[in-house]
This record gives sequence, structure tokens and C-alpha cells, in this order.
Amino acid sequence: MSSKESNQPGKALSGRPKRGVPEGLWIRCPNCKASLFRKEVEARLNVCPECDHHLYIPTVERIAQLLDADSFEEWFRDCRPCDPLGFKDRISYQERIEAEQAKTMQFDAAAVGRGFIRGRPVAVGITDFAFMAGSMGSVVGEKLSRCAEEATRLRLPLIFVSGSGGGARMQEGILSLMQMAKVSAAIARHQQSGCLYISILTNPTMGGAAASFAFQGDLTLAEPGALIGFAGRRTIWNTVRLELPEGFQTSEFLLQHGFIDRIVHRSQLRTEVAALVDYCEKS
Amino acid sequence: MSSLSRLPFEKEIYALEDLLASLETKEGGEKGSSEEIRRIRKEIASLKKTKFNNLTAWETVQVSRHPDRPQLLDYVEMIFEDFVELHGDRAFGDDRALRTGFARVGEFRVMLMGHQKGHTLQERQECMYGCAHPEGYRKALKNMKLAEKFNLPVICLIDTPGAFPGIGAEERGQSALIANNILEMTRLATPVICVVIGEGGSGGALGIGVGDRVCMLEFAYYSVISPEGCAGILWKTANETTKPTAAEALRLTSRDLSRLGVVDHVIMEPLGGAHRDPKEIGNTLKASLLKMLRELVTIPVAELLEQRYMKFRKMGVYLENESQNQSAGSA
Repeated sequence: MSSKESNQPGKALSGRPKRGVPEGLWIRCPNCKASLFRKEVEARLNVCPECDHHLYIPTVERIAQLLDADSFEEWFRDCRPCDPLGFKDRISYQERIEAEQAKTMQFDAAAVGRGFIRGRPVAVGITDFAFMAGSMGSVVGEKLSRCAEEATRLRLPLIFVSGSGGGARMQEGILSLMQMAKVSAAIARHQQSGCLYISILTNPTMGGAAASFAFQGDLTLAEPGALIGFAGRRTIWNTVRLELPEGFQTSEFLLQHGFIDRIVHRSQLRTEVAALVDYCEKS
Repeated sequence: MSSLSRLPFEKEIYALEDLLASLETKEGGEKGSSEEIRRIRKEIASLKKTKFNNLTAWETVQVSRHPDRPQLLDYVEMIFEDFVELHGDRAFGDDRALRTGFARVGEFRVMLMGHQKGHTLQERQECMYGCAHPEGYRKALKNMKLAEKFNLPVICLIDTPGAFPGIGAEERGQSALIANNILEMTRLATPVICVVIGEGGSGGALGIGVGDRVCMLEFAYYSVISPEGCAGILWKTANETTKPTAAEALRLTSRDLSRLGVVDHVIMEPLGGAHRDPKEIGNTLKASLLKMLRELVTIPVAELLEQRYMKFRKMGVYLENESQNQSAGSA
């Protein structure tokens, strides 16, 4: 990336997070509604001190929590979205992209690269709910695919952290659906090469993300209380007219039904991932 | 034909056809003899041509959902022989929305699978309107693996509004099962042909939709989300105005997908749509499948898998270093 673009979206992922916990001294927990002192929440990795709810964290913060300090080297930062369909709902997709870029200071919803977790080299991909609900269009699909390919080439464990409530991005139509196949193909090759893929599900991971990369891990972890599933609440209501039971489609629900391996508290994530990487190292 | 299955934009065609039928009855045995009848026949043909060459996206969706449109089991009757259905998913149950089995087509033994929506209300309820549950996707993969073991090509006929959105489906891991199918299909070591014959509804379609050739019938649609779902989210409400708008915006017709490089072939339908002449679409589909099978079985498996990888790897449109990378085939 050239220096003239340093104030543009997609600039190096460093420094203060631009989004997530709102500015101001106090914030409200979206789960228990308690008023919380922002500094205290931040000190606890954005986990509510009252109810242990895992709040949203932006990509920079996720990187800081998961990887060793300053070890992240971002890949393919210049990959940017465009509007292949000329899509327009109430506003055009182009306008939406620009608004989301200005809001998040990111080109799109995914960041990928390499780094270290307690000294272990890994390839990492993160989808960020702040950018169009973390939905997967061509850019997210391309970056995750390349990340998996690079991980295969470099023989690195692959870690994807999903925060994709939007599933496949409607505004890129069928091309978004095809990203599911594209990323899956790259993950299949990574898997075939004998390398480890750990998928970490965070709130929320739904639809096309859940129905592709998020559920293709050798190991699947989830943060507590995350919303994870295929169809959204509204879609289910529109189809079967059933109120969903308490705790439906949460991490705990998925653990109970056998679809994830472990629920891991954010404070333990780095340690657990490091331990799992060690277990899967070929001797 | 019941008036329920008459689509709004087919009204004029039906009016003329009814008129023709009554004239023909009046004339008794001397079918097509009078000047009037010949004139009406000509008019019907030209009207169908004009209408169906200019269908809007929403009208295409309606044609794709036509209750008389041929479905998987109709094609089993028409173009496949010796179908042996395989029911079990080895874990939960027999999903009637997604059928799988051995079949013969031309000189080939194949593994055939696809969604079945049903024609009558009772059939539709039994088949969950073609919306498969996780057990359906598990059954499909189990039988794809079987096909791989014995080098049988896999043919997937896609016709679903989407994978079933319900409590049981979520409890049994709908997303995990679809994810697994997609991943395994990218490397299934036998030829795979996918044809969207009616509705190509999102993940439910893609769960049996990754192949060496991906085709669509002319008036099928294939989309990331149903027009109703899209309208409900982006236009806040799905009604008679927003659904056509969403259908248009999603670029879901065979022409759009061909242009975007997502489908390899568009299989042309008879004049007025497949529901008007099932036999003809059966013949066309069979010829098309045989042509693709003959091509694909000659390709060594390693090469086939590399081509399949690259086919999907190229999909997507994005900007990078001042240039635009596009999926193959886009203008």
C-alpha cells in the first residue's frame, strides 16, 4: 500500500480501534443492560463484568488479543470491493460500501495475514461484523481463499475467526454464494496437505458463513453465548411460525448438539489455541 | 389445467388457447382446417415467443416455480432408466425432499440426486416443498462417496427454494452438513454435473451444487437468497412491488448467471416454458447431460479436480492494484 493512501480505508491494522465499544465513559451491556465503566470492560477484553457477555470486538482488537504483540503481518490489504451487479436497494451498493468503509476504516469485512500465537506461527483470517454484518462477498471470499492457499504453501496452521452475521452478501448476488464454494475448495486443499485448521466462531456466525468456512474446521471452537446457525430467527418464523426456544442457536446449544468441540472464554482463547496447535503438530 | 397454475402474464396466451380449443371442438374431427384456427395458432406461437423472450426476473421466478414444471421424479421417468433409490443417511432418517439413487442414462451408469418438491399439495407436504434437512445432505454426500468409489459420475438436479429453516434442521446442524457437502464436492474424485432445473435457492442448492459443469434450464433461477427474503431484509417488507424489484436486483436469471460466468451452459426450454412440453425439455436435458458426460469421462481425475478448483477459484469480482479482477465470462 502506498503512503498516500494511509488515511484511506484499509490502512494498516494498528493503533486504536475505530469502532466497537462506543466512545464515552460508560457503556451498556447489550445482554444484561448493566451500565458499565468502559475502561473496566476494555481491561476485561470487552467481556461484561456483570454477566460475562462477550461484546463485539473490532478486527484490530481481535488481533491484539489472539496474536503475540506486533506479530501480525497483513496480507492482500489492497483487495477492495466493487459493484458487479449494479445493485441498488434503498441506496446503491456503491454508496453502502463507501459508507461502511468510512465507518470502519476497512476496505471490506475480512482481514487476513500471518502472525504468532505464543511463538507458534499461524495464518489468520478474521471476518468483522462491523462491515456490512461481516457478510461474504467477492473480497471476503478472495481473501479467505488466498489465506488458506498461503497457509497450505507455507505449511501453517490456519485460524479463521468468524463474525459473519450477514452470511453471503446479498448485494453481490450469486457471486457471494459462489464464494462459499471457492473458500471451501481452498480449505479442502489445506486440509488435504495435512495442516491444521481451527475455526473460531464468534457472535454472530450465520447463513453462508456458517454453511461454509466456519463449519469446516478440524477443530471448531466458539466464544460463549455467540449466535450461530443457518437460518435467522425471522426466516424460521416466516416458514414454520414457531417461537424459538430460549438459548436456541447459541454456542451452548451447538455444543449440546455435538457441532462444536469447545466453548472457550475470550480470556483463554490464545492459550487454548496454542495448546491445540501443539497437539496437532506432526512428530 | 387448473386456473391456479396459470401465471398472470400467461393470461393472454391461455385466453387464445381456450378460444382455439373451443373452435376445434366445434369443428369436430377436421382439426386445424379453418383459416381462423390457423390464424389463432400462429398468434399463440408468436405471443409465447414475445412473452417468454422478455420475461422479467420475477416472472422467471414464477415460471421456475410453476406447479406443472417437470421435477426430479418426472425426469427419472422421462430420461433415466432403472432408477434404484437409496434412502438411508446412516444417522437420522430418510429426507423426502432430497432423493438419491443409481440410474442409467444413455450408455452411462450414474449416481443421480436432486430435490423433489411434489406436484400436489399432499406430495408437497411429504417433500417439505423441496426444502431438505441435514439428513438429506448427509445422504447425498454418502452416496456421492459411493459414486466416487465405483467411478460413477454424479448428476445433481437442483430444485429447492432453500434448505429447510426450522428448529429440527438447526438442532441437527444444517449449516455444518451443507458446509461439509460443499467442501467434499470440491474434491470428489469423479465427474459431477449440476443442473438447476427449477429453483436454485442459496445454500440449499449449493449443498449439491459444486461440480465440473454447472448448468441451468433457461427459466430456472439461482440466487444467494430468495427474492422474498431479500425484499424482506433490504426493502423491509416483501410485497408485490418489492419482490419483483429484489428479483431484478439479484441478477438471478440464467442469462445473468451465464454473463457472470457462474453457469457453463443454459439449457433452452420449449416455447412457453418447460411446463408446456415436459417431453421436449426431457429430450433436451438428456442430450445435454450425455454430451457433458461424454466430455467429462475422458478427462483424467487429477486434471478434472484441478479444473474444478480453478472454475470456482476464479469466481468473484473485486478491485486490486487499480485493476478489476472478474470471474470468467463476464463482460
